[in-house]
Amino acid sequence: MALDQLILTKFGPEADQEMILNMGPQHPSTHGVINFIVQADGEVMTKAVPAVGYLHRALEKIGEIVTYPGYMPYTDRIDYLAAMFANEGYALAVEKLLGLNVPPRAQYLRAISCELNRIASHLVSAGTMAMDIGAVTPFPYALREREWINDLLEALCGARLTYNYHRIGGVAFDMPDDWMPLCHKWLDHFDKILDEWDRLISTNEIFVQRLAGMGVIPLPMAIDYGLVGPNLRASGFDYDLRRAHPYGAYPDFTFEVPIGKAYAGRAGVVGDCYDRFYCRVLEMRESVKIVRQALEKFPGGEFMAAKVPRKIRPPEGEAQSRIEAARGEMAYYIVSDGGERAYRVRARTGSFLAMGIIEELSKGLMIADLVALIASLDVVAPEIDR
Amino acid sequence: MKEFIDQLVLKWGYDPAQWPLTEALYIAGMLVIGIGLTTFGAVFAGLVSWWERRVAGRMQSRVGPNRVGPGGLLQFAADALKLILKEDLIPDEADRLLFRLAPYFVITGFILTFVVLPFGYHLSATHMNIGLFYVVAITSLVVVGILISGWASNSKWSLFGGIRAAAQVVSYEIPAGLALMVPVVAAGSLSLHEIIRAQGGWPWDWFMFQTPMGYIAFFSLFVSLLAEGNRTPFDLPEAESELVAGYNTEYSGMRFGYFFLAEWGNLWVMSAILTTLFLGGWQVPGVSMAQLTAWEASGQVPFYFYLLSALVFCAKVIVLVNVVIWIRWTFPRIRVDQMMSLCWKYLVPLGIVLVLATAGVELLSFEYFGEQAKVQAPLSSTRGMLHFGFFAVAGLLPLVIFIVKTFQNIRIAGERVDLTNW
Repeated sequence: MALDQLILTKFGPEADQEMILNMGPQHPSTHGVINFIVQADGEVMTKAVPAVGYLHRALEKIGEIVTYPGYMPYTDRIDYLAAMFANEGYALAVEKLLGLNVPPRAQYLRAISCELNRIASHLVSAGTMAMDIGAVTPFPYALREREWINDLLEALCGARLTYNYHRIGGVAFDMPDDWMPLCHKWLDHFDKILDEWDRLISTNEIFVQRLAGMGVIPLPMAIDYGLVGPNLRASGFDYDLRRAHPYGAYPDFTFEVPIGKAYAGRAGVVGDCYDRFYCRVLEMRESVKIVRQALEKFPGGEFMAAKVPRKIRPPEGEAQSRIEAARGEMAYYIVSDGGERAYRVRARTGSFLAMGIIEELSKGLMIADLVALIASLDVVAPEIDR
Repeated sequence: MKEFIDQLVLKWGYDPAQWPLTEALYIAGMLVIGIGLTTFGAVFAGLVSWWERRVAGRMQSRVGPNRVGPGGLLQFAADALKLILKEDLIPDEADRLLFRLAPYFVITGFILTFVVLPFGYHLSATHMNIGLFYVVAITSLVVVGILISGWASNSKWSLFGGIRAAAQVVSYEIPAGLALMVPVVAAGSLSLHEIIRAQGGWPWDWFMFQTPMGYIAFFSLFVSLLAEGNRTPFDLPEAESELVAGYNTEYSGMRFGYFFLAEWGNLWVMSAILTTLFLGGWQVPGVSMAQLTAWEASGQVPFYFYLLSALVFCAKVIVLVNVVIWIRWTFPRIRVDQMMSLCWKYLVPLGIVLVLATAGVELLSFEYFGEQAKVQAPLSSTRGMLHFGFFAVAGLLPLVIFIVKTFQNIRIAGERVDLTNW
């Protein structure tokens, strides 16, 4: 829908009395190119309508044009902060179509790479959230740790942002010989960093006061809007695909699923912005646990399934895969007509679902709160538009 | 300055009252002082911009500007050059006159405070007997400039910034004014030099540690001045993540530079006011007021005392400037409604109570200690002991806790703290 049409349909004649403010797509804290059309009475918003589509690259359509293995690098671009998950989801769906069994070593490598990527993604999310609230210092601290993860993943797969690591039937490269001690060193270091992070920003009084009881998503509303991942769990619902419907190597690991418990203290409400922030911080701790267990139980064997055909032509049919990505449940739906290229590729992502709730939540919030709300929902522009 | 010129003219063998060129000399002297102070303000603002970026770099485990000059010291000159050479853009729909005018209000409000601010013993442009009142009045010009810039830019973000600034600065002038009254009541004067003379060189003689009211008023004034200077956590008018850049969104080139010059320069103004009122100003530890008055009576204040007093004053100011910088890079920003409720619900009633309590205590201590209540208290006297006790509890204890905590944190962070990497 064109922008002027959107304004006409979404904002009634009462908009004449109030200010219509165009927030984005170049606004510093809309996390990429997202546009919000804000109707505000002074600082208080009546409505904030997201206008998405600035980063639409027709990635799903591309999936119908390129071959199955050829689509793998494109999935990186679906969510550039957590590219591993998009890789894994796509690989899982195609493997389901082919009926391939992935060797355990590859599954463990997938789990390790995904959990490291989850930490990296949550670090960016928590860091930008602090920055949107006005504290600039935590952000470089988070990015410093992310750099280290990038180094680790680079040693694993040769890329720092768009990994293109997972393959249909396994992963692209085996773990280098000297990689495990490097990873252990970082994990030991990162435990202290998380404590430091809590001292630095999570317990900061101004930060807590800004977020406590703000942008509350009650559980029924979260389910109605189809929120997924940390956003849903922060509303107090214990649902994590890694445990509810385990895939890959996840049945082997024990970990907690952090859910929202009004962490902000007296002023906190279950499902407020602070819960969403803090759930992510806790999830980083759980991811560290998972990576430790995976390194401990790391199996031998092949890192690629033996029977992957050179030309992948799945039999006619359809398959769906669901994984717990950094921004919540990510689902791939692939229809095959028996050819070399998919008939239809569909990706379902968490950020897009999170965008839907903003219009209702923004009623009565202040403009400063909208920024915090967007940050707490952890939306990433390419994942919304694909 | 006037006396200095008079003496000079006398030395040349003319009568200052009769000689026709005396007036011209007066004007020349004023110009020299004016240009000197303006340059000081600009250079200080530049240097502190570099220093703030270096401190921020350290705090954020990165480097900060270190290329231009030794340690990046001349970065501010390069920045100024860049800003001057840039195109001075005025948006099409802007109110051109007001848009051009706004930065001058801001810069004027900042520079004119130097007319009364002391730099050391007898080192200030004027000895105005209502100096403090003048400072409060003249700094209000800044908000006029910010409001005009917000309005004239014809941008909604700028307008938000301007309105926020107006609401914030006007609100916080009230708790600031009330907190200012505490040392004024204690010293019995509005003149900045008189207020300093009512204090002493040692910390327990400062107004901050003489009474609990002074102690609380210091923090109340500190918060209010942070808010008036638009510093984090009160940087709402230019909140980057909310309002793009607030009131200076549409500015570019040197007009943009003026806003930032005033903002960084205001660090000095703010710290100098706090130092003057609560931290003993230019009083040198070890030189009592009795000694100073003896020197003055004989007309022979030694030169090194001028120098020492200036050094002491600048050292205190620079420590405070550093504290403000640390605060900026530590805290998040508070919300508009929280900012307002902090002012009207807490600071204003607190300020009223403080002023009343100070007046009451002054009255009582005047009755109890007699005339001595207005002069420096030796440590052996009852008053001196009281002051020292309060200083030990309120001043030393937090400092010790702060240092212990800092070392604890360094120990926890372990090998990553590298203080040599500068």
